[in-house]
Amino acid sequence: MLLTFILVGNGMGSSGAFARLATEFGLWVAPEATRSNGYLGGMAQGNPLAAWIVMAAIGVLIGAILASISSGRFRVKVDRGSGRIGVAPRLLLALGGGLLAGFGSRLAAGCTSGVGLSNTAMLGVAGFVFLIAFFVVGILVSLVMRRVW
Amino acid sequence: MDYGTAGTALATGILFGFVLEQAGFGSPCKLTAQFRLTDWSVFKVMFTAIIVAAVGILLLQVDNTFGSQGFYVAEMYLWGTVLGGVLIGAGFAIGGYCPGTSVVGLGSGRIDGLIFMLGMVVGVWAFAGVYDTSLIQSIVNSDPVAARTVPELFGVSPWLIVVAMVLMLLGGFLVGRMLEKRSHGVYSAEDITEGHDPAHEDDLGRELASEARASESQTARD
Repeated sequence: MLLTFILVGNGMGSSGAFARLATEFGLWVAPEATRSNGYLGGMAQGNPLAAWIVMAAIGVLIGAILASISSGRFRVKVDRGSGRIGVAPRLLLALGGGLLAGFGSRLAAGCTSGVGLSNTAMLGVAGFVFLIAFFVVGILVSLVMRRVW
Repeated sequence: MDYGTAGTALATGILFGFVLEQAGFGSPCKLTAQFRLTDWSVFKVMFTAIIVAAVGILLLQVDNTFGSQGFYVAEMYLWGTVLGGVLIGAGFAIGGYCPGTSVVGLGSGRIDGLIFMLGMVVGVWAFAGVYDTSLIQSIVNSDPVAARTVPELFGVSPWLIVVAMVLMLLGGFLVGRMLEKRSHGVYSAEDITEGHDPAHEDDLGRELASEARASESQTARD
């Protein structure tokens, strides 16, 4: 089962979809700036739904919905772990974490799934380097963050 | 892109999302417990998936199923990859998700997953905003590593690397079990849905946790 997503999908990626999504939002808000931007400009063409990476991300969402509903785990909520922090701080942390991850994913040209999983499965150097940095920093930052959960 | 590619991508995504949710990876609490070293599910599932896929890819290359070039392994720029890993690791510990799992979080109804996704869009904009500066250009374009794969880098057989990874996984299982026993242990489905800490469970709760462990190793074998 785990084999299939690598074989069928030629590797999986998630953050690429957000780069494409950011481009699309950028086109709505500031079309000129987006088109002339050195990074987003290249992606600012065609239907975003036609990008396979966006289709895959939509699939992940559908798959997660199916799994959580079928096992009775679907709950609309703000997940605060054991509830040591309020709703607003949790959402602020989620936003901040997302910001770092969004920026980082463009530096590494991929995220945990694209570089960490797919590239490592092909024994790529990038995957191993990424995973080491990812786990070491994650553990270090968690020393501070552990009181939140 | 034709409908075939779109369909394959969608189907692959659905499968990926389904498996991640079933593994409990929509829960930021369970995910970050890996970094707190109290729940080793992320490490185990991740490494099992990587090794299974790596072996599959190597076997397929033996028969040249994909031609002599095999799969496309992306070129790597050392500092971009390192800094990206650093930022994503920090973002994970702070926000509770990585890009893929935030989608899974949203899929199981978590608003914080949606906010994390919003944060990522802003993060990409921020990156695009500074992309043309010389600092970012030098990070993303400097120090390309000549060898794209680890076996190439060390000049050894890819199978040796796979064996080393299997040993690492086994080590992770052992160390993980030890550390899980010392702390509250693996988060069960109930814990992450209802949001309580397994450390405060009664005997029934502990039984559930060990059941979750058993079914998890079952999934890993499948």
